[in-house]
Amino acid sequence: MSTLIQPRRTAADGPPGVNGAKLFNRLCAVCMTLFALIWLVPFGWAIVTSLRSDGSITQHPMSPLSGGWSLHAYAYAWDNYPIGTWYLNSLVIAALAVVFTVLFCSMAGFALAFLRFRGRAAVIALVTAGLMLPTEALVLPQFVEYRSLHLLGTYWALVLPSVAAPVSVFIFQAFFKGIPRPLIEAARIDGAGWWRIYRTVCMPICRPAVATVSILTFINSWNAFLWPLLVLNQTSSQTIPVGLASLLSNSNIQYAEVMASSVLGFLPLIAVFLVFQRQIVQGVATTGLK
Amino acid sequence: MTTVTTTRPASRPVPVREVADRPPRSDRRAGLLLSTPFLIVYLVFLVGPLLMGIVLSFFNTTTVKDGLGAWVGVSNYTKVVKDSLFWDALWHSVLFTLITTPLLVLLALLAAVLASRIRRGRVFYRLAFFAPYVVPSSVVALIFLWMYTPQVGLLPKLFGAVGLAPPDFLGSTSGGWTAVILMTLWWTFGFNFVLYTAAIQDVPPDVYEAAAIDGASPWQQIRLITVPLLRPTTSLVLILQILASLKVFDQIYLLLGGGPNQSTRPVIEYIYDTGFTSYRGGYGAAATMVYFVLIVAVSAAWYALRRRGVTRAATRTVPTTATLATTPAAPRAGA
Repeated sequence: MSTLIQPRRTAADGPPGVNGAKLFNRLCAVCMTLFALIWLVPFGWAIVTSLRSDGSITQHPMSPLSGGWSLHAYAYAWDNYPIGTWYLNSLVIAALAVVFTVLFCSMAGFALAFLRFRGRAAVIALVTAGLMLPTEALVLPQFVEYRSLHLLGTYWALVLPSVAAPVSVFIFQAFFKGIPRPLIEAARIDGAGWWRIYRTVCMPICRPAVATVSILTFINSWNAFLWPLLVLNQTSSQTIPVGLASLLSNSNIQYAEVMASSVLGFLPLIAVFLVFQRQIVQGVATTGLK
Repeated sequence: MTTVTTTRPASRPVPVREVADRPPRSDRRAGLLLSTPFLIVYLVFLVGPLLMGIVLSFFNTTTVKDGLGAWVGVSNYTKVVKDSLFWDALWHSVLFTLITTPLLVLLALLAAVLASRIRRGRVFYRLAFFAPYVVPSSVVALIFLWMYTPQVGLLPKLFGAVGLAPPDFLGSTSGGWTAVILMTLWWTFGFNFVLYTAAIQDVPPDVYEAAAIDGASPWQQIRLITVPLLRPTTSLVLILQILASLKVFDQIYLLLGGGPNQSTRPVIEYIYDTGFTSYRGGYGAAATMVYFVLIVAVSAAWYALRRRGVTRAATRTVPTTATLATTPAAPRAGA
C-alpha cells in the first residue's frame, strides 16, 4: 500500500524524450488505481455497514457517518451464531488437509522425481489424467461413496478429497527435479536411505513448494462450499462458509449483523493473504504456467 | 553419480546406462512405498466417485438409504435426455460460461497489460484484485446480496444517482444474471489477472527497449509485442475459465437459489436438486455423467488443439516466452 503514497519516481522513468510513452504510463496508473479502488469498495462497504446501527442503515443508506458507529453488531453476531465453532471446524479441517496433502503429495512427487520403480509410468498417467477430471462435477456419486464408507459427518469426509490433489504432486515433482542430482548421490553414498533423503535433504530444500501447496490447500479447503454443505449437516459441525450461508436464508435481515458476520468470515482469509501474498500469487502462477 | 560411474564400465554413455540398467531394488521398493499413500487416496476418493457414478447411473438408487436399488439399464439416461429441465439447467451453465469467459479473459488481459506499464504499486493492484479470490463464496454472496438490496443497497442507489432505473437484481431473470455476473467478475477476476501478470513478467524487457528505440508507441508495443507473446497464456486462461465457469454453482445457488422460477439454475444445482432434494440418486448420477462427459470433452478438445499448436510452434522455432504445462491450477467452480 505504501507504494501508492509515493508516486514520485515517475519523472525518472522511461527513456528521456519519450513524452508520449510517459503520458501513456501515467494514464495507465490513473486508470488502474481507479479500477483497483472500485474493486475494494465491496470490502469497504461491508466493513462500514457492519459498524452502523440497523436503524440508520435503512433510514440513510448512503450516509455512513450518520447514526454513529459501534461494534455492537459484532458482539451480537458472535453471541447468536456459533461462529467460534465454525472457525474451529474450518481450522481443523484445513489444517488436516494441509498436513496430509503436503505429506502424501510430496512423497509421491519425490518418488516420481528420483526413483525408478515398476508402475511409475502408470502413476504418472493417472496423475496427469487426474488433472483433467472435473471432480466438482461428481459430488453425487462422491456422496454415495462416502456414505457407504460411513464417513459422512466426519472431518475425514472433508479432508480426504483435498488430499487427492494431482496438482500438488506436480508442484512437488517440479521442485524436486530442481535439486541437483549430485547432492542426492552424495547422501546415498553416505548410506542414507531414500526415506531419510526425502525427509532430511529434500524437504528442507523444498520449503517454497511446501509453502505454496500448504497455502493453496488451506485456502481451497477453508473456502469449499458445496461439498461441506452436503457432508456436514448439523449447525455445530459446520464450517465457516456453510455456516454463514445459512444467514442468507434468514428472512428478517439485520444488515449490520449480517455484514459483521461477513467481515468475520473474510478477515482471517485476508490476513492469510496479506501475510503470504507472495507465495499465493507465485503458487497460482506456477500451477497455471510452467 | 560420479563415484558410482567409476565402478561401472566407463565406455557406456551415461544416459543409455540410466535407461538400460535395472534400478536397484531399494529404488523400486522406496518408489512404490512413497507413492502408495497418495495412490490409495487418489484411487479411492478421486477415481472411486467416477466409477461409482457410472454404476449408480444404471440403478434406481435413492440417496436416503444405503444400497444400489434395482437395475434399470439405460432408462435413467433416456429420462435425463428427455427432461427439458435438465437441458434448461445445462443451458444456464453454458450461458454463464459464454458471458463470463470473454469478460474475465479480456478484462484480465487489459488490466494486466496496463498494470505492467506501471513501475510502482504492483503489489497494491495484485492485492486489490486478488484479495476477493481468497474469500469464501458465501461471504461474497452475503456482501453482494446487501449491495443489491432494493431501496437501501449500494448498487440500486448508484443506478438512481446517475438517473437509471436499477434492474431488479434479485427478482427478475435478467437482473439475476446481471447480479451473478457482476459478483463473479469481482470475485474471480484476480485469478486470471495473476496468470497474465506472471506471463507478462516473463517477456524479456529488451524486446520493449528495442521497440521503443525503433519508435514504437506504447499502444503499438502492446498490440504488436505483448498480446501476441501472451497467446499461449491466453489459451490456458481461456480453457481454465471455460472449465471453471461450466462448473458454476456457488454464486447462483447462494444469490438466487437458481431462481426466479429456476430460470438461472445451473446444471450442478439440477443434480443437487434431483439427488438431495428429490433423493433420486441413480437419476442424478446419470445427469452427472452426461455433464461430466461434456466437461471432459471440452478439456480433451483443448488438449488436442494445444498439442497441435505446440508442434506447429516448434516447427516454426518461435522463442515462446511462457511454455505451458498441462497442469491447470484449480480455479473455483465458477471462477
